[in-house]
Amino acid sequence: MAPSDVAVHESASEQTTRRITNDFSIQVATVNGSGSQTANLVLLRSIFQMGVPVSGKNLFPSNIAGLPTWFTIRANKDGYIGRKKEIDFLVAMNPETAREDVMTLESGAAVLYDEPLRLDALRDDLVFYAAPFDKLVVPVCPNAKLRKLVRNMIYDGMLAKLLDIDLAEMEKALRKQFGKKAKAAELNRGALQAGWDYAEANFTKRDPLRVERMDKTGGMILIEGNAAAAIGCMMAGVTVVGWYPITPSSSLAESLIAYMREHRVDKETGKATFAILQAEDELAALGIVLGAGWAGARAMTATAGPGISLMAEFAGLGYYTELPAVVFDIQRVGPSTGLPTRTAQGDVLSTAVLSHGDTKQVLLIPSSVGEIYQMAMDAFDLAETLQTPVFVMSDLDLGMNTWMSDPFPYPEGPIHRGKRLDRAKLAELGSFGRYRDVDGDGVPYRTIPLDGLPPYFNRGSGHNPDGKYSERPDDYVNNLDRLARKFETAKTHVPKPEVDDDPEAAIGFIAYGTSHWAALESRDQLRKEAGVRTAYLRVRAYPFTDEVKAFVERYHRVYVIEQNRDAQLRALMRIDLAPELMRNVRSVLHYDGLPIDARSITDSVLAQEAGHDGMTTE
Amino acid sequence: MTTTAAPPPGKKVNRIGLELVEYKGGKTTLCAGCGHNAISERIVEAFYEMGIEPERVVKLSGIGCSSKSPAYFLGRSHGFNSVHGRMPSVGTGAILANRQLLAIGVSGDGDTGAIGIGQFVHLMRRNLPIVYIIEDNGCYGLTKGQFSPTADLGSRLKTGVVNDLPPIDTCALAIELGATFVARSFSGDKKQLLSILKAAVSHGGTSMIDVLSPCVTFNDHEGSTKSYSYVKDHDEPLGEVSFVPYFDDIEVDYEPGTTKEVEMHDGSKLYLKKVAENYDPTHKGAALRLLRETSERGVYATGVLYVERNRPNLVELLNLVDEPLATLPLERVRPPKAALDEIMESLR
Repeated sequence: MAPSDVAVHESASEQTTRRITNDFSIQVATVNGSGSQTANLVLLRSIFQMGVPVSGKNLFPSNIAGLPTWFTIRANKDGYIGRKKEIDFLVAMNPETAREDVMTLESGAAVLYDEPLRLDALRDDLVFYAAPFDKLVVPVCPNAKLRKLVRNMIYDGMLAKLLDIDLAEMEKALRKQFGKKAKAAELNRGALQAGWDYAEANFTKRDPLRVERMDKTGGMILIEGNAAAAIGCMMAGVTVVGWYPITPSSSLAESLIAYMREHRVDKETGKATFAILQAEDELAALGIVLGAGWAGARAMTATAGPGISLMAEFAGLGYYTELPAVVFDIQRVGPSTGLPTRTAQGDVLSTAVLSHGDTKQVLLIPSSVGEIYQMAMDAFDLAETLQTPVFVMSDLDLGMNTWMSDPFPYPEGPIHRGKRLDRAKLAELGSFGRYRDVDGDGVPYRTIPLDGLPPYFNRGSGHNPDGKYSERPDDYVNNLDRLARKFETAKTHVPKPEVDDDPEAAIGFIAYGTSHWAALESRDQLRKEAGVRTAYLRVRAYPFTDEVKAFVERYHRVYVIEQNRDAQLRALMRIDLAPELMRNVRSVLHYDGLPIDARSITDSVLAQEAGHDGMTTE
Repeated sequence: MTTTAAPPPGKKVNRIGLELVEYKGGKTTLCAGCGHNAISERIVEAFYEMGIEPERVVKLSGIGCSSKSPAYFLGRSHGFNSVHGRMPSVGTGAILANRQLLAIGVSGDGDTGAIGIGQFVHLMRRNLPIVYIIEDNGCYGLTKGQFSPTADLGSRLKTGVVNDLPPIDTCALAIELGATFVARSFSGDKKQLLSILKAAVSHGGTSMIDVLSPCVTFNDHEGSTKSYSYVKDHDEPLGEVSFVPYFDDIEVDYEPGTTKEVEMHDGSKLYLKKVAENYDPTHKGAALRLLRETSERGVYATGVLYVERNRPNLVELLNLVDEPLATLPLERVRPPKAALDEIMESLR
């Protein structure tokens, strides 16, 4: 008798009559450093290649090897790519977490597990498939040292069989994953086949989940947000990068290095049209960026919350001396070290006012990989147009997880380098003063070293319109008021919100960044399950544009959905919007480190609508 | 270019036709008699005498009395007064953005040795082409005289407070860290400082110069090891430093055997007329031994302490294109559509 037969329980077998096609999530629980990432990406990619919308989320520890890690793949025929709260199929490979992983499943879920774990004894309302992975891997991989790495590919083969995933698609995905490493690919292909064969011989299908070919991913790409941002930076013509390794931003800089070496080095001379320098810390990273921006380069850095804290002083210098800089903040959970490998939107408020004194920073907030590609280019244009640092507020979920997207369009237009003084303008103006508001929009003209135009002394101390040292009260006030005027000008340049009005809705949703995906799905849930209609506004930048106020005015109750405890975006709205308007604005908050999911939003909104004020801070 | 215009007859000009006044800056706001002002004057002279276009120079600094001084020299150059202790990173970005710039950074002993020690350390490692001057008075002038990390053990504040922590020797530290040009001088030694500055400008990597520069207001008194009288009495020059720029064809008469010739990056020559026996500025161990031995005697060895030639600077290490990155046209910094198509294809 096959082990799996022992594991099947009466109550679970009833489910075989039900079929759930292209709408489930698979969670693979492994130990990090065990090569599971390859197996998981092959699984993800094979479903994607079958035309089914997918998303992959890696929940990993802040550790190199030996701690639990979970990879969740969601397949959804309707294109929902936010996190799904419930796990429908668990692959339990990690003895440390297996019991808890099984205990937290919803009734009816399926479990594929490593036989010695004996998980089937834990519950009688799940579908269990057991397989002796250690035995199966031996004939596949004669080299005992490599077995640990190949072992995980076996469950891919089993899942292919159980879920009707085309084995040929898995092999194709495997070849893609291994690229030129033919030997490794062949070894893993053997493991795939061994898993499939075992499943065919020993498993009786008892769960309702299956994959069926669709046509919803044709021509699309799979990419992580950090790589998408890197491509955008390269296309924007970045030339100087200072960075310091920090999770979850490191892969942005590292992707950029790889792309730039490939596409920005002269093939003949071997010389680079860029300088990327790993700095000694985040302070130096932003110092390098500001020095380069001052000298006329397009310069950037990428960091996360702790780095943002360290950059605060230089961020103020950039704001006050009006230098372009592009800073990517791939937000993670914290204060302090926090949870370095988990996601949040917890830096929005502090970054909007980053540095001491009266400081206001420009933020761009992308929701998708396609948008962060575009916003990377926008950020450089804005930083030079406005002569100020621009912060691109991504997060770990967008930056490090795998997302589908249409291919990125090639940027056809010119780049905008802002108000650079030239000889004609100098003749027209008669003389140059670095901080004179010549055009009335708060944005002055600038010169750069060696441009043959009048020099100036860039100083973080008090200065007058000519850039000369000044402690005069009127000079200080005039300068600060001009900077405020410039921030008003920024509103005419930053991307406007995406608005989906509904004249019949009483409720409006406001979300931003990766909360967008769960918000979209929750709107559908509310409409279908509770008959509640919602309008929607997705914030894409700070300073807010007038659309935000108008949206709040149009709807009776507005829910601001965000992934932090303190309702940070709502706090920024309070600065701009009248108190009576803010009385109608509530919060849906999510801050456990996991990406926000639709169900949590729906539950919170329904509870608040019913007068149960569960999740709001009001 | 205005810099090559014929000068009015009778005016003294340098080799590119500029008068000394073209190299001056704004009026100093530092205390009368401050050593930093003397250093600014030497910087003006050095750039004037070397005939460097002021427009090519960028002046950088951190925060403190020292860091105010770039406003007082080279008024025709761009300047960047940054944040406390962080000038090295700003300079790094500026030079990477435009490799044709000639950077001079002015820091202080607090700006370098305390808040900026991290950036200083990594600047020395990187060999960024920059002249890095520490105007070293052993105290925080701008905040009224607190000890800095270069204050000597046992030195005394006006208020009677004694420093009981050992000083950081920025020169020894720089040599240990891999700096390629390390010198020490005294703000009052016009001739030596001028020669060292010229050699530093010609070096082509990081040229670190620690200039003892007594604070007349807070640290120029009996009991201070950085007062004028102390430094004058305890300055032990390694020898007479002479510098001959590469464009200068003046015959130099130095006796063989007593003079060490060091050829700089740009072909200029640095001559060290020896006083100290067997001192070789290209020998790291000798330089460190000298610094240790002299400091044990309470003496400052001055002169060019260490020079390492032929080590690539940061710009060379990064193998940058010859043109400034800052002004490369779009077609050179945005890959063609085919490149993006190739990337997209790899992600399908």
